[in-house]
Amino acid sequence: MNTGPAGDLTSPAGTGTTKDDGKRGARTSRSSRGPLPARLRRDWQLLLMTLPAIGLLVVFHYVPLLGNVIAFQDYSPYVGFVDSAWVGLSNFQWLMLDESFWDATLNTLSITTFQLVFYFPVPIMLAVLLDSVVRPRLRLFIQGIVYMPHFFSWVLVVTLFQQMFGGAGLLSQTLRDHGYSGFDLMTNPDTFLVLVTAETIWKDAGWGTIIFLAALAAINQNLYEAAAVDGASRWRRLWHITLPGLRPVIILLLILRLGEALNVGFEQFFLQRDAVGRDAAEVLDTFVYWRTLLTGEWSYGAAAGLVKGLVGLILILVANKVAHRFGEQGIYKRS
Amino acid sequence: MTISPAWAERPSRAGGLVKGIVLTLIVACVLFPIYMVVLTSLSTQETVSEAGGLVTVPGELSFAAYAELFSGGVVTRSVMVSLGVTLVGTAISLTVTVLAAYGLSRPGSLLHKPMLFLILLTFLFGPGLIPNYLLVSSLGLIDTYWSLILPGAVTAFNLVVMRAFFMNIPEEVSDSARIDGASEFHILRKIVLPMSKGVTAVIGLFYAVGYWNSFFNAVLYLNDNAKWPLQVVLRQYVLQGRSLFSGQTGNVTVVGQALPPSLAIQMAIVVVALLPVLFVYPFVQRHFTKGVIIGAVKG
Repeated sequence: MNTGPAGDLTSPAGTGTTKDDGKRGARTSRSSRGPLPARLRRDWQLLLMTLPAIGLLVVFHYVPLLGNVIAFQDYSPYVGFVDSAWVGLSNFQWLMLDESFWDATLNTLSITTFQLVFYFPVPIMLAVLLDSVVRPRLRLFIQGIVYMPHFFSWVLVVTLFQQMFGGAGLLSQTLRDHGYSGFDLMTNPDTFLVLVTAETIWKDAGWGTIIFLAALAAINQNLYEAAAVDGASRWRRLWHITLPGLRPVIILLLILRLGEALNVGFEQFFLQRDAVGRDAAEVLDTFVYWRTLLTGEWSYGAAAGLVKGLVGLILILVANKVAHRFGEQGIYKRS
Repeated sequence: MTISPAWAERPSRAGGLVKGIVLTLIVACVLFPIYMVVLTSLSTQETVSEAGGLVTVPGELSFAAYAELFSGGVVTRSVMVSLGVTLVGTAISLTVTVLAAYGLSRPGSLLHKPMLFLILLTFLFGPGLIPNYLLVSSLGLIDTYWSLILPGAVTAFNLVVMRAFFMNIPEEVSDSARIDGASEFHILRKIVLPMSKGVTAVIGLFYAVGYWNSFFNAVLYLNDNAKWPLQVVLRQYVLQGRSLFSGQTGNVTVVGQALPPSLAIQMAIVVVALLPVLFVYPFVQRHFTKGVIIGAVKG
């Protein structure tokens, strides 16, 4: 998903071409024409190199894709795909009547919305702040620190939050020591949205700045100089140069985020579902897990997964169309 | 030693101060929890009970918690599992990714387009949890470490980033070797890879971190607790607070022995989970922007 934004980072003025084939074609001698045996003789090594990756992707991505047929079956692992009875769309009908499915959908969407409002702007602000640190060593140091939590596992992040904000955690402890009543943020369904957003910010806001820092580095410094000479204050320069410079990246990431609206991540919610309860923490991914692997309703789970996947696919395609409308690249190129 | 351009006015004192405070706070937000966790894991029973929770002020230090963890038993075993999976997995993933990225970095080569399409298409639609599970189970991978490695062995994103980086290497460089009769494998090993150390390190780190942090696949595919990787142990014994030493065969603690405080043990597990990332990270971090952004930009 992260491949897209970049297109316009290299060519902020829209000059450079990012269509690699065209660019390559200008300077490569490798032709895509000619008789097959000759091309095979020339390229067999490259083909051989690519095969393991293609093999793995076919086996672990495309084959299970076909496995989705069980959503239309009454699948039993003892009978297998071939002999399980076909039931048409009845799994989907049950799903549509299932209140807990809609609860999970609603939870997923409210988490997405909440994070869009409260998480999305954070990396942008952080990037602008980091960009204003002019001492290179200090800046590298801070960047190194804020990127780091991205590489911690969700188990670790949730554990750290629990130690800080849980019932026996540091904050609660400190409050009790000073005569206030303690609290447990980790088990409170009402504040769950805030909690998961805070966790996401702690884990990924720093990492999210990378793309914006690259965009900021691509802004022509002469613009700042000219504005300063014209007497524009720092804030005016931020408003009239920095933000417009970031605009394409912001719009693109925003659109892509909308395309991913149903993907709020699995582990974060899986880990905290017990503590805050199903009502607050059940998202579509955890719904599929709990409904299937624990009850053995394979077909039902596959149907739920398929619905989520299809809606996700539609959202991505729509988001990409919108991205193209805005003159951006999207996650795949317009061909 | 500021390198602020000549035209910029000097920042006001108050503005600079505010910025300094904000940045310090941000850095502290990341470092403080880690500091406390490390400190608690190194504290004695008295220090921990005096603090009534995480230790913030250093008292007497002790390595008892670590000694306990590494005296064999659940945590020791899970660390070995995680290390093994990480090493083997990263080796496989990196090899496969580098090969494919190079194989696809020559547009115009045979089947280049359909294969690239096949890879990019994986971005759009995931097969879903249940079909994945059924596949892994029908391949007989349940309760094997391969279930942690193979399903996610190739990440299309990493492959695309790497390919973009390889494409930026001028064709002329490898062409001269080709004229001298070098095979593609030779060119990759002797010319392309040495020029791509940064991006290889970054992608390697991405894969390694993925394997080290693998949690959900383990929950899905490993029913046998003896095979648990560290992250699952972390969840059981730290997050959910299950007892580490009760009912675990092969880890009988002598009654009456002065045990290190359990919170210290819990935090020691956290530190063990944290350590490899903290350790490898500084060496790779400087390549992030160069390696990844430049790669992703051209994707």
